[in-house]
This record gives sequence, C-alpha cells and structure tokens, in this order.
Amino acid sequence: MNALTIHNLRKTYQNGFEALKGIDLEVKQGDFFALLGANGAGKSTAIGIISSLINATSGTVEIFGHNVKTQRNLAKSCLGLVPQEINFNQFDSAKNIVLNQAGYYGIPHKLALQRMEICLKQVDLWDKRDTMSRRLSGGMKRRVMIARAMVHAPKLLILDEPTAGVDIEIRRSMWQMIQEVNAQGTTIILTTHYLEEAESLCRNIAIIDSGKIVEHSDMVSLLTRLHVDYFILDLAQPTSNPILEGYEVKQINEKILEIGVPKERSLNDLFTQLSAVNIRVISMKNKSNRLEQLFISLIDGKNTGKNG
Amino acid sequence: MSVLIAFKTIVRKEIYRFVRIWPQTLLPPAITTALYFLIFGKLIGERIGTVNGVSYMDYIVPGIILMSVITHSYANVVSSFYSTKFQRNIEELLVAPVPNWVILAGYISGGIFRGILVGAVVAVISLFFAPMTIQNPLIAIADVLLTATLFSLAGFINAILAESFDDISIIPNFVLTPLSYLGGVFYSVDMLPQIWQHISLGNPILYMVNTFRYGIIGVSDVDISLAFLMTGGFTLLLALCALWLLSRGTGIKT
Repeated sequence: MNALTIHNLRKTYQNGFEALKGIDLEVKQGDFFALLGANGAGKSTAIGIISSLINATSGTVEIFGHNVKTQRNLAKSCLGLVPQEINFNQFDSAKNIVLNQAGYYGIPHKLALQRMEICLKQVDLWDKRDTMSRRLSGGMKRRVMIARAMVHAPKLLILDEPTAGVDIEIRRSMWQMIQEVNAQGTTIILTTHYLEEAESLCRNIAIIDSGKIVEHSDMVSLLTRLHVDYFILDLAQPTSNPILEGYEVKQINEKILEIGVPKERSLNDLFTQLSAVNIRVISMKNKSNRLEQLFISLIDGKNTGKNG
Repeated sequence: MSVLIAFKTIVRKEIYRFVRIWPQTLLPPAITTALYFLIFGKLIGERIGTVNGVSYMDYIVPGIILMSVITHSYANVVSSFYSTKFQRNIEELLVAPVPNWVILAGYISGGIFRGILVGAVVAVISLFFAPMTIQNPLIAIADVLLTATLFSLAGFINAILAESFDDISIIPNFVLTPLSYLGGVFYSVDMLPQIWQHISLGNPILYMVNTFRYGIIGVSDVDISLAFLMTGGFTLLLALCALWLLSRGTGIKT
C-alpha cells in the first residue's frame, strides 16, 4: 500500500506564481523517502498541501488511501508533520506543547501523558519538559517539534528540514532517532539541504525543480548513474600539473590535486600512475557528496547518467 | 469522543493562557471598574439622584458589568487567535483532525469564560459600593452568555481578518468602546433628545445592556424579546460567517 499518492498536483498562488506544475509521486508504506529540491522548487508547497496547510489548485493527494480533501480527518490522523520553522507557542512548556497536540488528535489525557513521556524521552528532552520552550536551544526546539509530531503515533511522518541549523552531534542523534522510528514501521518523508543526510538515510528519492519532479527513483540506482567521482588529494611534496592517463586532473595548489575518477577506472590504477610520477599522497577525500553531484547536474538540466 | 477531547484541549489551553497572565487579564478591569463605581457611582451619582426610579449607582452597575464582559470576551479571542496565527501555531490545529466548528467553539468558549470571569470580578467589586438583588436571574444569565458569545465571535472574525497587531486594536478602540459608552451604560436613553434616542436605537449594545439591566434591577429602555431576537440573530450570523472564513482558510491558509 502507498503511504502517499499524489496525482497531477498543481498550485498557482494568487500572484500568478505556479509553484507546482502537475506533480505525481508515490511513497510506499514503510519507506524512508527523500524529497529534495532547491529553495523555491516547490517542496514546501507540496508538503503544505499534503498536510492541509495550503489549498491545492487541482490534483489529488491520498494518505494511506484517504483523500485529504474528501476524507480530511482520516487522512490527517495518519500524518505527523515537523515543519521547517518553529511554530509552537514559545510561552508554553515542552510538556504542554506535546500534550495539547495529543488532545487535538483526540487522545485521552491519561494516554496522552504516557505518550508525551515516551516521546520526550525519545528526543532526550524529558529533563526539560517543564522549561518554557523559548528558553530551549534551537536544537531542542526542533526536537520538541519531532516529539509533538510523533505523539499520536502517525503512520506517515513528514520532516521538513528537521536538522537545519542543528550542530553535527545533535544532527547525528536525530538521524539515529529518526531511523529507529522508521524501523518501527513509520513511513518517513524527509526534505533536507544536507544531501549526505538524504544519501545515508533514505532508500528512495524524488527531486523537485521549478514545480516538476525531475527524478523519482531508488537511491542505489540513482547513485549508480554517477559516472565520475571527484577526489581531493593532499600531496607530500609540491608538484606541477601531472598528466594521469584516463583521469581528469585539476591542480588546486602545488600540494593539492582534484582528480576525477571515471566509474570504469580503478583507484589502484590511479595510485599506480601517481607512484610512477613520484607523487606521494598523504590523504584523500571525496570532493563532494555523490548525491550532491547528481542533484546539481539534475537541476542544471543535465542528465549525468546519459552525458557522463 | 475525539472531537470532545479536542474541544476540551482548546478550552483548557485558552483558560490556562488568560489565568497565567492574570495581572494583565483580570486585575486591570477590577481596578478600572472600581474607579467607575467610585467616581461615577458615588461622587457624581449622589448628585444625579435616581434614574428610572432607582439610584444612579444601582442603575450603572449592570451596564458596567456587561461592558466588562463585552470588552474582555472580545479581547480574549482576538488577541489569542491572532497570536496563534502570528506565531503560526495555528498549524498545530490545522494539521490535526479537528473540525472547524470545534476550533471555533473552543476559542469562543475561552472568550466566554474570560468575559464571565471578569464580569463576576466586577460584580463582586460592585458589592462594596451597592447591594445587589437580582430580579430576573434567567434573563440576566441568558443575556450575559449570549453577549459574551456574540463578542467572542466578533473577536474571532477580527483575528482571522487581521494582518497586523494594529488591526486587532482598531475595532476595540474605534468601534467597541464608543458603542459601549453610547449604549446606555451610564444613562437612560430617555434622558437624550428625541433625535439621539432614535440614533441610539441603532446601537446593538444598547439592547444587550438594557436586557442585562432588566435581569438585575428590572428596569429597561427596550423591549426584552426584541433584544434577545437581535442578539441571537447577530450571534447566529457571526457564527456562520466565522465558520465560512475558517472553511475558506481566510488568513490562515495559503
């Protein structure tokens, strides 16, 4: 069964801006799905329509088979949303924010208290439950929103840039927590600007650009379409424009090289050639994340898979 | 069942909000009305004597109580719902399976609670200045409930349509306060020249104040049935209007 089915979804704002130009999307139950796109591509509009915050111009959205327009309450009860911006009452405590949300979903108070405790412990905020939320750090506020979205145990959880502005330590703990939630059966749709996040967490992906879905596939087959990996090499001694047959070489400075390694060539061959010209490498790293390369090529209108 | 839980959650949140900030919500009307009773009731009132057969102090008490109910039921809903919109935590309600009528009923109930609580505080203060015997309790209770509902609805619609904090103060300052003062709180319309009597009859607050006054001291300038019909009609109209605005998503959805 699909957790989310979108058919020919369009949105034109009152100022005439066409944010969505007839998108189709399917997310399978239990999936960990990435919805990527540049700022203004249409991601937030799509999420707004799915979560009933924005009225669609036309098209249909179904959450676990429930149409968000005609079976609104059934569709909403399956959905949890962690929005991009902080949108809770900052003068309320984390406990009350989560409890109130449980109440809006019709959860009896006694059960809501239990769920609130579970969710706040899950996001490591139990000790801060009575703190007025405006006194919490940015990362904590984001975790309050995650706890709030999970309190009614939604079958589909949408996370709109949940780790934006969060330090790496908290980001990693959030990734782990979100993976655990997904492992328990919750379907997750994630939007993020950290492409390494999408690459490491998500199994399927859609890329949206200028209101259209330009890519919709599984992560593995998408990444196999990347024909060249770029590496940055730190050298032990200075060198000047070495020629390495079959590889793109770019001199960054006298002790740093950027090398493009085509899929059909091996790193062993590269190192053999480097040794042959007496270049000793002391460290090596990916120039950019693989998904990032694909993302840039796709939204630039180039198909890396076809053009190499 | 789940709808009832959602309703109770909104009402509890609303009551908690205004009780938590009681120095801003409950204390000022107590002080202001105490001054009204002292200055208008005691100092000036003793020189005025009686109005429609009752002492001036007795005459103004119901009007001042109802004026407080009107002001605070309106203020509660307009400020609370606009803040909810402004901070975007209205989205908490919009993503949840809460029907529009429950959202409306929840906020309106919060406004009614505050209006009646403030009215009770003012009534207690009035006891320091004049004894109160209620002539028609059912009429007084029905009128105060209906009036608080009507002005809570008006505050809700104001909050939906408001685009800035200025927009939520325009109606209370330039419409509500003048209509309340000209609504027979401090005088009987019989004391006015003929032309102003006719103009005053176009002021809906005059009917609510006089109905409440009839309930408390048994004196009124207007027909009570007409007053209930008018207040009930306005309440129904505003409720339908608020529901229509909510279903369109005016001011809260894109």
